[in-house]
Amino acid sequence: MLPKHLRDIQEFIREVAIDYGLDFFETIFEVVDYRQINEIAAFGGFPTRYPHWRFGMEYEQLSKSAEYGLSKIYEMVINNDPSTAYLLEGNNLVDQKTVIAHVYAHVDFFKNNYWFSKTNRKMMDQMANHATKVRRYVDRKGIEIVEDYIDTCLSLENLIDFHSPFIERSAEQKNEPGVAKMDAKEYMEDFINPEDYLNRQKEKMLEQEAKSRRFPAEPARDIMQFLIHYAPLEDWESDILSMIRDEAYYFAPQRQTKIMNEGWASYWHEKMLTTKVLDLSEAIDFADIHSGVLATANGQLNPYKLGVELYQDIEDRWNKGKFGREWSECDSMDEREDWDKNLGLGRDKIFEVRKLYNDVSFIDEFLTPEFVRRAKMYTFGYNEKTSDWEIQSKEFKKIKEQMLNQLTNSGSPFIYVRDGNFRNRAELLLHHKFLGTQLDINYAKGVLKALHRVWKRPVNLETLIEDEGLLLSYDGKEYLEEKITYEAL
Amino acid sequence: MTKHNKINQDHRRFKQIVRGKIKQNLREYMTQGELTGKQGKKIVKIPIPRIDIPRFKYGSKESGGTGQGDGEVGDSMGGEGEEGQGGQGPAGNQEGEHSLEVDVSMEELAELMGEELELPRIEPRGTKRLETIREKYTGIRTIGPESLRHFKRTYKEALKRQISLDSYDPDNPIIIPIREDKRFRSYKETSLPQSNAVIIYMMDVSGSMGEEQKEIVRIESFWLDTWLQSQYKGLESRFIIHDASAREVDRETFFHTRESGGTMISSAYKLALNIIEEDYPLEDWNVYPFHFSDGDNWSSDDTTQCMSILRDGIIPRSNMFCYGQVESPYGSGQFIKDLREAFEGTEEVVLSEIKDRDAIYDSIKEFLGKGL
Repeated sequence: MLPKHLRDIQEFIREVAIDYGLDFFETIFEVVDYRQINEIAAFGGFPTRYPHWRFGMEYEQLSKSAEYGLSKIYEMVINNDPSTAYLLEGNNLVDQKTVIAHVYAHVDFFKNNYWFSKTNRKMMDQMANHATKVRRYVDRKGIEIVEDYIDTCLSLENLIDFHSPFIERSAEQKNEPGVAKMDAKEYMEDFINPEDYLNRQKEKMLEQEAKSRRFPAEPARDIMQFLIHYAPLEDWESDILSMIRDEAYYFAPQRQTKIMNEGWASYWHEKMLTTKVLDLSEAIDFADIHSGVLATANGQLNPYKLGVELYQDIEDRWNKGKFGREWSECDSMDEREDWDKNLGLGRDKIFEVRKLYNDVSFIDEFLTPEFVRRAKMYTFGYNEKTSDWEIQSKEFKKIKEQMLNQLTNSGSPFIYVRDGNFRNRAELLLHHKFLGTQLDINYAKGVLKALHRVWKRPVNLETLIEDEGLLLSYDGKEYLEEKITYEAL
Repeated sequence: MTKHNKINQDHRRFKQIVRGKIKQNLREYMTQGELTGKQGKKIVKIPIPRIDIPRFKYGSKESGGTGQGDGEVGDSMGGEGEEGQGGQGPAGNQEGEHSLEVDVSMEELAELMGEELELPRIEPRGTKRLETIREKYTGIRTIGPESLRHFKRTYKEALKRQISLDSYDPDNPIIIPIREDKRFRSYKETSLPQSNAVIIYMMDVSGSMGEEQKEIVRIESFWLDTWLQSQYKGLESRFIIHDASAREVDRETFFHTRESGGTMISSAYKLALNIIEEDYPLEDWNVYPFHFSDGDNWSSDDTTQCMSILRDGIIPRSNMFCYGQVESPYGSGQFIKDLREAFEGTEEVVLSEIKDRDAIYDSIKEFLGKGL
């Protein structure tokens, strides 16, 4: 329960947020001390998680950097209905106001953004259930065994299909045996059902059949799901694998909308505080906090800053009518500079954007050459000659391409199960869809080891290294590397 | 409201894993010598090799990224990418490959070292288990000088007496202590077991001892310090360098002097004996002389002299005498053979040949394995 003075502030900010059109789940605020906030942050925002050492590692790092004053966690909020958010005890009032406003915008985003629509809104409960179940397995099997297995599962955590929650599959279509013919009088038969057409249909059908004999029929993106279905797992093992998969799907939209989500929250805390919430005497303090949130360090992109500025740019463009055919066909710099059609559509537009887009489509659609120039963006890369990271380009096209590359699939490589009965020996064959960037082979080896633990038969990965096809295999004892011709899917 | 002990179990598990990793890689740390430089405030920072969970990911140097700020094409990012700023920037290489650095206290490190090397704990020698007497004012007694009167206790006693005699009036609380009420502080003599130790490092800095040889000595001395520190309350270190003559120096000079010329080992032993006799009486101190050399002494006469100083002077006054012979391309390596001959079967003399860095681990084990 919040103390009275904070409760009044919370209530006030809530009203302001509603006035501005934000629409959020009921949000419960808790005041916690720095140790608790570090603990909760280590648990990924949740009060309870299953036992695992990596939470301890997170905690160690968070507490260390808090101790040395390197970082401080300001806000944390859970995508849940009702939502829970945490305020750090001892923060000053301006901090708390900023955080509360920021949090309401996050919860609005959770509730309304399409990519969050399939997430479990009772995740608090589910996380607690997972914790209880894992603890029970630990009691039965011992922490070493269970934790080791969790490590294995976490290696596979990003092998999911971000889009799969949205695919609605209709009941499996079963092809009728034989080629369907149109009814026709006998003398018309050759015209209505020409022979080569029938043959073509037949071929297609045979192909279909061959395909369905393949396993999996189509290359599978959701490798975790594939393993749950087909790997020889004990009950507790497949239970834990499912839990980790559920959690991965729950967290996935947050990784997919980092820029949009933080940008949205920062846009609104600034708007609310500067227009309605701040006391004049707090203006300087707020400016200090806000500039801290939007600061860039060592030339890295700050998602908060990029997000806010893009929303502001969109709002401005739609207010002035800087979109559509007329705008894009206008070549005169002067005209573009003074363009203002007084449409006032900006606010509506950003609400629409927060509903429909994720980071990939957001950048794809709304990053403009003007914006990139104004924001002084660039791409950087590693220069082998100087052994240094260098600025490589300031070209709009390259920057956009680079950003999209990084954001696509949340920065993870695309990996598929290509064959679950590889070499006809029940080996697993994975395929890395090569999009221009090589895999880190050492990490890949680690994952293969984990996969082998689950699949229990040799596992293989085909990928491209230095423009040559490579088949990396692990049979439980050693790794084999074999040159192959890489066939794209 | 969450209780903040849920994380403790995970935290403990993490620390266990870290301990395991350190133990696993102890041999490596012992040969790298990186820890030595970071020593300070009784804490060492130990870089732990990857303790993360492997996932399919892009090679970091392959992918590059996007950034924001001033600068022209070709400008350096200034160390960017090596340590990703937590949470900054979109997904990509920003997660960085920070190898984890954990703080380990010297005690913990010594403990790990003891477990891994199976070192026995050192029993300080019987005759040297000196008890020091310290006076502590902890008690109260009824007689004593006025200057030690315990004001509060005295008034308490007076109050008790007055209440029991019914001469105390709460409305007019006047308390007058009489002689019997007075209480005085008294001291108690407590004896503290004292086990102090001194390490006397001697090193040959003649021309034949190169940088690498000195580095080996430096690394080895760090681990010896660490272990002995954990075994004794107070540990002092003295440093002697010698070529044809010996002198006492500070730690810094000890490790960074480059002298040349011949080698008279006896000069160092004489100086060490002097130091022991003057500053470290047999009854109060556990003495550990360590001598490192490439084993190339000036003359056999001098070697004979060395043996007699050791036999009659140093060894009777020390817990043990350790000689580490660092292999050098110039040294003859004769000295260790002479020592071996002279002290065959003497338990207090430990000899170790240190071929290269990899041998440090075993040589430490040899030195400390006896628990003397």
